[in-house]
Amino acid sequence: MPTLAPPGPAVSRPPRKTSLQSDSTLGLLAKIVLLGLVDAFAVYVMITLFLQEKWLILAVAAAVTVLINWIYLRRGGLPAKYLAPGIFFLVVFQVFVMLYSGYVAFTNYGDGHNSTKADAVNAIQLSAQQRVPDSPAYRVTILERDGVFHLLATEPDGTVSVGTTGEPLEQAEDAVTDGTGKATELEGYRTLQFGEVLANQADILAITVPFSDDPEDGSLKTGDGSSAYVYRPSLSYDEDTSTFTDLETGTTYSDTGEGSFRSDDGEQLSTGWKINVGFENFTKAFSDQNIRGPLLQVMVWTFTFAIVSVLSTFALGLFLANAFNLPDLRGKRIYRILMILPYAFPAFLAGLVWSGLLNPEFGFINNTFFGGADIPWLTDPVLAKVSVLVVNLWLGFPYMFLVCTGALQSLPEEVNEAARMDGASAWRTFTAIKLPLLLVSVAPLLIASFAFNFNNFNVIYMLTDGGPRFDNTTANIGHTDILITMVYEIAFGTGVGRDYGLASALSIIIFIIVAVISAISFRQTKALEDING
Amino acid sequence: MTTFIDPQAAAPARTQSDGPGSIPQQRKRTFGQWFRHKGWRHVVGVVTTLFAVFPLLYVLSAALNSNGTMAGSNVLFSRFDGGNFEALFSNPTRPFGRWFVNTMIIGVVTSAATVFLGALAAYAFSRMRFTGRRVSLLSLLILQMFPQLLAVVAIFLLLNAITDVVPWLGLGSQLGLIMVYLGGALGVNTYLMYGFFNTVPKSLDEAARIDGASHVQVFFTIILPLVTPILAVVGLLAFIGLSSEFVIASVVLTDPDSQTLAVGLYSYVAQQRSENWGVFAAGAVLAAVPVMALFLFLQKYITNGLVAGSVKG
Repeated sequence: MPTLAPPGPAVSRPPRKTSLQSDSTLGLLAKIVLLGLVDAFAVYVMITLFLQEKWLILAVAAAVTVLINWIYLRRGGLPAKYLAPGIFFLVVFQVFVMLYSGYVAFTNYGDGHNSTKADAVNAIQLSAQQRVPDSPAYRVTILERDGVFHLLATEPDGTVSVGTTGEPLEQAEDAVTDGTGKATELEGYRTLQFGEVLANQADILAITVPFSDDPEDGSLKTGDGSSAYVYRPSLSYDEDTSTFTDLETGTTYSDTGEGSFRSDDGEQLSTGWKINVGFENFTKAFSDQNIRGPLLQVMVWTFTFAIVSVLSTFALGLFLANAFNLPDLRGKRIYRILMILPYAFPAFLAGLVWSGLLNPEFGFINNTFFGGADIPWLTDPVLAKVSVLVVNLWLGFPYMFLVCTGALQSLPEEVNEAARMDGASAWRTFTAIKLPLLLVSVAPLLIASFAFNFNNFNVIYMLTDGGPRFDNTTANIGHTDILITMVYEIAFGTGVGRDYGLASALSIIIFIIVAVISAISFRQTKALEDING
Repeated sequence: MTTFIDPQAAAPARTQSDGPGSIPQQRKRTFGQWFRHKGWRHVVGVVTTLFAVFPLLYVLSAALNSNGTMAGSNVLFSRFDGGNFEALFSNPTRPFGRWFVNTMIIGVVTSAATVFLGALAAYAFSRMRFTGRRVSLLSLLILQMFPQLLAVVAIFLLLNAITDVVPWLGLGSQLGLIMVYLGGALGVNTYLMYGFFNTVPKSLDEAARIDGASHVQVFFTIILPLVTPILAVVGLLAFIGLSSEFVIASVVLTDPDSQTLAVGLYSYVAQQRSENWGVFAAGAVLAAVPVMALFLFLQKYITNGLVAGSVKG
């Protein structure tokens, strides 16, 4: 091994080169163990993918595994060895998810459209169940195993079987029966008491036990936890024409190419599947009456919120920095520490705490400062906006105060002196000389602050939750919602169904706005630097 | 502003050395002069301090008042007792203790990994020259402009898909959440570290190389000890940011036992803001204290401009 050679001047050069590539034994061992663990995990993932027949992802996973091994097992290529771990996460959880947002924005992904067509057909058959009119009554007992409720059903002829949602009925011969022949207990299961049945009513009513794997055979459902009846799909599926027919009314629902089954008179079955819809989400955002109005208002408010937040925090911060930029001011340090506290307070808590302070009925502000007045701080559209801005000022001014203090102190003293020599007043020195110089150093921070506030989710969501709500929409969007909270509300909100496609389309719009801001900021900083030097 | 402050401001050093002499000079001033020079600054200071501090005092007072409701918390510091804290730790459906531990674990693991991944990358950028180096640095700078929360829908769907393959990394898993956070490990952190790494003279690692040290040894034994300050700052800032992260955590962590403080405390007040108020305030105080302590400790680095480009998230 060349590394063993003494570091004499004559041999120092060749070993140096090889030492770049050969690690110590410990290093080699660590590398083998780590790479082995990564590979073991990769193989586990790939086997699972193979069993689930997800070929595309399997191919990608295999390629990534090969790439990682190649990076770490070959000689040379040192930078890649250091960059690979960070870049791996960056590519998957930052770059890929952005591209994936782009893809989802062009689909109808969301509630009712979250799987393939085959899954949708199956789900419709299961959900559209109707009680068979002459169904015999099965006497049932509710059982529980591993937190899942089962039906123990006794047929009129005495046969006992057990099953639950997704698990077809199975004969249970060793069940314990009571005097009337009704099965009440089964080994391996716990029988629910009457009180428990009442407490879990919703879950128990939802149990649908199929008779077999084919949904057309029907299933068993209970309405009261003691007797059950046979239910059959009221819709019959015809695979050749890919249509559903309602067995009662005879209405035909056909696949119209929009990811759902629709009848001739426009009625739609609630379960659909995921398809590509092109630009529909974007056109919907700007033309659908339910979304267009709110979206435009939200956009205007997002910009207002971000701009006013930056300007107000900067103005207050700069004013304070000036006021306390006096070397011999007493108590300066105490003021400083106390004023920085809001910046140190976690932002999400600040929103929640202020929502309590501003609560119209019980809040501190109304009860103590305004003597019990009923000022609707968070429920009036205009006041809610003012409240949001004040709270964000509270959160943000200390940062600007720190930044401006730093920037003011780094200005050369000669500037001040020269201005005074020329007879400039303090105000004029400030506006004509200090402020422009200050802006050069803080402009990038102002733009960063704008970009941050543009997506300042926590303050809005914790303080007002976007409220008060708009009247002109059914979605849960309100006067203080900004774009990112609107995205969250549309994707995960409880108001109307989740619409991942539309939410992603809106995120893409935010992406574009942020990109434009960043591009301008890069140029702007350059321009300001040019002015200065 | 008045003119007579100028000589003083122009020569701050002299005021200090003339300390004893300046006191009689100050006494000679009328109140009006004093006010125009310094007094108004104290007025500004007191008013701003009150604005800054009263919400914090309010939440502290509500936490110590076991009366519990929001309406009962409106007289500051009317009662002192620990009833709210007891209630906080004895509610099994809202396990505050678990949330606290979860937040610590997720925060510490993620920020440690963030520091490590960032340092690896910064070492490569600072010490090695390779094709694509400039482009990579620039792409990092551009990518960090787009916060991860913009892609929260896609992150949710991706984790949903991962759940089918590796359940312990998918939705509901803290490890999955940590992985998502690590997607933002490079970016601004690498940039900060890269600048700091460049200040360590290259002759140091070259000397070590000549003595036979490998690149790994140079990284761990020479560079890392010398850049500990920036590692600490990046780690602590990452921790502070993560402890406030709500959007992604709320989407990924669904089970109350696995949630973080941000998600848990939100759920505490989301439904019944006014009834749970005292208990929530107690939780807020406990959640805020570690973060605020860290923050005040870091404050001087922030003013030093070391981390001037980072905005709290």
